[in-house]
Amino acid sequence: MKAERFALLLVIVLVIGVPLAAVLARSHSDVIELHGKVAENGGWTPSDLTAQVGQPLHLRLTSDDVVHSFAVGQSPMPAVDVLPGKWTTTTLMFDQPGKYTFYCTRWCGPNHWRMRGTIEVTGATTETITTTLPLYVTLNLDLDAPHPSDVVPSEKPSAARGVSLGVILDRIASPDRTQSPAQVWHQLRSSSVTQKLSDEQVWDLVALTWRSNTTLERLAEGQQLYAQNCAACHGETGKGDGVIAPSLKKAPTMPGMAMTRQETLTGHETVAPINFTDAKNLLGASAAILEGKIMRGGMGTGMPYWGPIFTAEQIQSLVDYLWTFQFDQ
Amino acid sequence: MTSIELTRNRLVKATLRNRWPQFVIRAIALAGFLFAILSGLIGTPVGNHNFSIVFVWIVWWALLMLIVVPFLGRGWCAICPIPMPGEWLQNGALLKPRGKGFSLNRKWPRRFRNIWMQNIAFTLLALFSAVVLTQPSVTGVVLLLFLIIALATSLIFERRAFCRYLCPVGGFIGLYSQVAPVEVRVKDPAVCAVHTEKSCYTGSQDGYGCPWLVYPGTLTKNINCGLCMECLRTCTQDNVAFNLRSFGADLKQPNGRKLDEAFKAFIMLGAAMIYSAVMLGPWGALKTAAYSIGTPQWLLYALTLLGLIYVILPGTFLLAVAAGRALAKSKETLKKSFIAFAYALVPLGLMAWIAFSLSFVFASLSYLWPTLSDPLGAGWNLFGTANVAWQPYLMSIVPFLQAGVLIGGLLWACVTARRIAAEKQQGRSITLQALPVMGFCFVITAGLMGLLIG
Repeated sequence: MKAERFALLLVIVLVIGVPLAAVLARSHSDVIELHGKVAENGGWTPSDLTAQVGQPLHLRLTSDDVVHSFAVGQSPMPAVDVLPGKWTTTTLMFDQPGKYTFYCTRWCGPNHWRMRGTIEVTGATTETITTTLPLYVTLNLDLDAPHPSDVVPSEKPSAARGVSLGVILDRIASPDRTQSPAQVWHQLRSSSVTQKLSDEQVWDLVALTWRSNTTLERLAEGQQLYAQNCAACHGETGKGDGVIAPSLKKAPTMPGMAMTRQETLTGHETVAPINFTDAKNLLGASAAILEGKIMRGGMGTGMPYWGPIFTAEQIQSLVDYLWTFQFDQ
Repeated sequence: MTSIELTRNRLVKATLRNRWPQFVIRAIALAGFLFAILSGLIGTPVGNHNFSIVFVWIVWWALLMLIVVPFLGRGWCAICPIPMPGEWLQNGALLKPRGKGFSLNRKWPRRFRNIWMQNIAFTLLALFSAVVLTQPSVTGVVLLLFLIIALATSLIFERRAFCRYLCPVGGFIGLYSQVAPVEVRVKDPAVCAVHTEKSCYTGSQDGYGCPWLVYPGTLTKNINCGLCMECLRTCTQDNVAFNLRSFGADLKQPNGRKLDEAFKAFIMLGAAMIYSAVMLGPWGALKTAAYSIGTPQWLLYALTLLGLIYVILPGTFLLAVAAGRALAKSKETLKKSFIAFAYALVPLGLMAWIAFSLSFVFASLSYLWPTLSDPLGAGWNLFGTANVAWQPYLMSIVPFLQAGVLIGGLLWACVTARRIAAEKQQGRSITLQALPVMGFCFVITAGLMGLLIG
């Protein structure tokens, strides 16, 4: 009987004690291990995190394949590199409840943009948050309707040349973010003040209106955001020839046939990114449309949605920068 | 080589008869098993950092296939924790026999007294293996199911019915335990014949009646002996021995060959080939199909796997055996010949699994260090190894080891095939009958060489 009791004690200690101790210890651990893998192999694991307002969220990050980078959308926190076989620690703190998106900032594969996860932050806030609807929503704009420009300049318009014309723009045009450059051009063209100017000179004035409504800081910020997030597909020079672009080109698919290459890579049909240096593509779109496309993504094109990632100011900067593909400063 | 009785050594005998060493090892294994279930269910979802994946499918698998099965046969079954809770309830005791426990103690249905259920269980597991082997939560659920089914079986049926007739792992361990150089056998069958108590089967105050439903007096093969050593403890005549013997001794036994065991050889051989293609091959579409459970691609994968192990391999082998019969003008029935020659695939299959295991065990073993320090992926660093980076070991010599193992398996299979042919044939007919089977083994080995080494 003594042996039997001792056996029972051993079983209790080992079989119940060890797992129980592990569970208790784990429940007191506040570090979350986050693994990054290319989206095709699962992306972030875990992909859904929770946090409390004002409470630190400790993360240990590593990559299980290639180099990734961790950043939280709409957050001033700088991106953290996530390297294969190495551990990086970071701590997040949120002062507002809400659903935040974390994402990879490295071009890690054709589905790089899908490498996202969410952080559900709960808790009380002392500030009153006012939510402003995006302009494309309040204006009920159809983002997917074609918007080619009916007029295009014969050479790249220049804001500097526009300045030299000595026209006071405030008196003839007060462009807002709802007007496309083509619409601004028509407005300027019909003004009596520009009667003696050539069409190209009017385009220079359009460039000037663009330049007058942005700052060097915003253009620099837009350039940086573009290089980090858009150039992989749209190309550094905006020609739609980024490193990932070839895999996004639409290929004809016969009904019932196997998936095309880009479908195999991305899991759905994609189209090649548009060429921003083509005036017809860009000059017919208003800032509101471009902002909407960036926020919502391009339905059925493979263009990711950036609404949860960029702040409204960042999106404005990005759109301002996009015009540099059409206008010289 | 004649067998050497290890239990002649008093220390070995005393250690094997003593219940405590085995009990402590099994209790530790049970704690580890429960911890694996727990870590699978609540630990990090990242496979290569989760205790359940790293310890079960890398460390345990490596120990099982590279050491335990080839050298100790059913050595794992001797310390397996899965049937423990059920046995405790059956016996009403943890350590020593103590009267009646809690079980209906029904007899296992006669129709299912074979390893077909184990074959089916292993096949089912194989169909989902790509997910089971990589996703901790699925591994956790599967291990938990093992425990629950074993417990339920113990509560309904007598002894270790789960181990003997259901366990998918026990099925192939049993098959391959025939090649192991150890055995439990009676010293003198004549002593058993006149021993009316049969305490080795009925039990005594020193131990339980054979949990594996085997009467040691007629035991000639390792397949159904779980090396639990109960018969060593209960034999009042000191007539049970634990022997060291030559490798593959059971394969020389012409008696007791069965169709269910023959098919187990095909299942294991086919699974080794499929796993090699899915897990180590360069075919992305195949990998995707194996992982995409429920999709048409997976269905195609499943049908391919089932077709290979239940139709193509046995069908081709049947043709080879038929050709051998025709060449040697054998009078043995085709069915009997098919079953007999399938045992030549036992060493071939075991070596295929060793070669397959070598390819990922050394590549993945370094995941052990961070997992030891942080078994639940909770940010711990218990032994200071949490940040050790992944690093493959011995990769330059692994292909040579694999080639050696596969060629060794082929030669062993050929020798076994020839020996089986020699049971009924003489002279030139021996080689003629074995030749097509040898050819089959050669083709399989060549295929595995291509899959594993490239």
